[in-house]
Amino acid sequence: MYLSWAAYQGQLSADPLSTYRNETGVWALRFICVTLLLTPLRRLTKLNLVSSFRRMMGLYAFFYGSLHFVTYVVLDRYAGLIDYPGGYFSAATMRKLAASIADDVVKRPYITMGFIAFVLMVPLAVTSTTGWIRRMGGKKWAALHRLIYVTAIAGVIHYWWLVKADISRPETYAAIVAILLAVRIWYKVRLKADTTVRRSAPPSASARDPQSARG
Amino acid sequence: MLIKKPADIRSSEITPKKLYQTRREFIKAAGMVGGAAIGVEVLTKGAAVLHAVQPAAHGRKLNVKPNPTFSNTNGEPKNTWEQITTYNNYYEFGIDKDQPAELARNFKTDNWTIEVSGECAKKGKFPLEDLIKDETIEERVYRMRCVEAWSMVIPWDGIPLASIIKKLQPTAKAKYIKMSTALDKQMPGIRSDVLDWPYVEGLRMDEAMNPLTIFAVGLYGEALPNQDGAPIRLVVPWKYGFKGVKSINKIEFTEKQPLNTWQRTAPNEYGFYANVNPNVDHPRWSQATERRIGEFFKRKTLMFNGYGDQVASLYTGLDLKKNF
Repeated sequence: MYLSWAAYQGQLSADPLSTYRNETGVWALRFICVTLLLTPLRRLTKLNLVSSFRRMMGLYAFFYGSLHFVTYVVLDRYAGLIDYPGGYFSAATMRKLAASIADDVVKRPYITMGFIAFVLMVPLAVTSTTGWIRRMGGKKWAALHRLIYVTAIAGVIHYWWLVKADISRPETYAAIVAILLAVRIWYKVRLKADTTVRRSAPPSASARDPQSARG
Repeated sequence: MLIKKPADIRSSEITPKKLYQTRREFIKAAGMVGGAAIGVEVLTKGAAVLHAVQPAAHGRKLNVKPNPTFSNTNGEPKNTWEQITTYNNYYEFGIDKDQPAELARNFKTDNWTIEVSGECAKKGKFPLEDLIKDETIEERVYRMRCVEAWSMVIPWDGIPLASIIKKLQPTAKAKYIKMSTALDKQMPGIRSDVLDWPYVEGLRMDEAMNPLTIFAVGLYGEALPNQDGAPIRLVVPWKYGFKGVKSINKIEFTEKQPLNTWQRTAPNEYGFYANVNPNVDHPRWSQATERRIGEFFKRKTLMFNGYGDQVASLYTGLDLKKNF
């Protein structure tokens, strides 16, 4: 929202659309990181306030990702068609635009990564409501939503591969995403170790430990 | 018998009773946190607005002579002072395009000297005024095409490099001219190792002697702003912008081809020649089109940036795909 106002004010830079494209991209990545932060935070603080907040952050990530993608389509693809057969909004022009996007996704690895990161967020946005959790079942829904890990990694690689020389910013996000994913792996490993230990514990011990009833 | 399936929702997904009872407060809190997220964004960007990038202050007026022969851009309009002084790649003053306008503000360029060395007769440290005092400063309107695929049309005020080279009397051994940007404590960007400092560029002697090549000292009839490479910079309009080494304080005539900074940084992406060529793509993006700053629709990139008539002959027989 701010960006649109700033563009109107001429504050964004001499090339406002590219600033808008870059900023929306970075904000999408930031919101992805915030989304990934919430479950580890819940495990740490044992508070369950995060569930709907996580959905909101995830949708923000999708929102900025969409703005980023649309700006890219308009600025980097549509504006570069040079020739608009049949008119600016003709069917032929739209086909040409689609071909131009497809060409980019296939030929430029960093665009491939960005496209993957964005496209994978679409089913997540669509199934973000509790209605969908019920419809799919919690387990299937959770499995689908693990696609956010792929999005996060693809997003970081997209950023890393597009910068000209200064990789310090993509490096920072890579580190953040790496930590957020490592925490999950660590937690999973620890959880597995715990249940394994409990399974082999003597009966007297398990009687005292209600959670081993899962056994 | 109908066996009821256990709930598909994990017990952890069931809203805790306490939370359910306070759900309205929770929604309010969630809303506030969401609002805070937007607020943070507005504040951080708002701070940037209050500090919106200012174009360069207008400087000392120069005595310039328009040179229409070298100002033909086929009707393409000039970019504005604001665009030219707020959209700069000058990493010594930050890697974002709007940083040099801010951070180069206090860069001191008075009493500038240029150190000349190498294969030439006139060696030593020359005050800038001495090098340019009896030269006519010409206004030349050139296209400038950045390797990043954007471009501008810029009314430079400068001196043909050929005149300055003649003064320095290079020997027969001088095959190349190597130029470096000043390295100054006032440059915050040099703390980053994004590039090796000082910034180095070079030209073949015949490229340097070509009538198009100039040392620019001004813009729009006024002294060159800091962010554009004050007090003196190279302009080679048929090559990518990164060849335009800024704030030159060292010149060396060499026998061997100098290793220019961008080639050193990424040799598979940036070469020595850097001729504008729509048929030779950058490994990561196409060079077939460009965005003229200020325009929405892109343009087809021209071979040698439209200066082929004057420079194509320099490269007959050279494989431009290999020597990019």
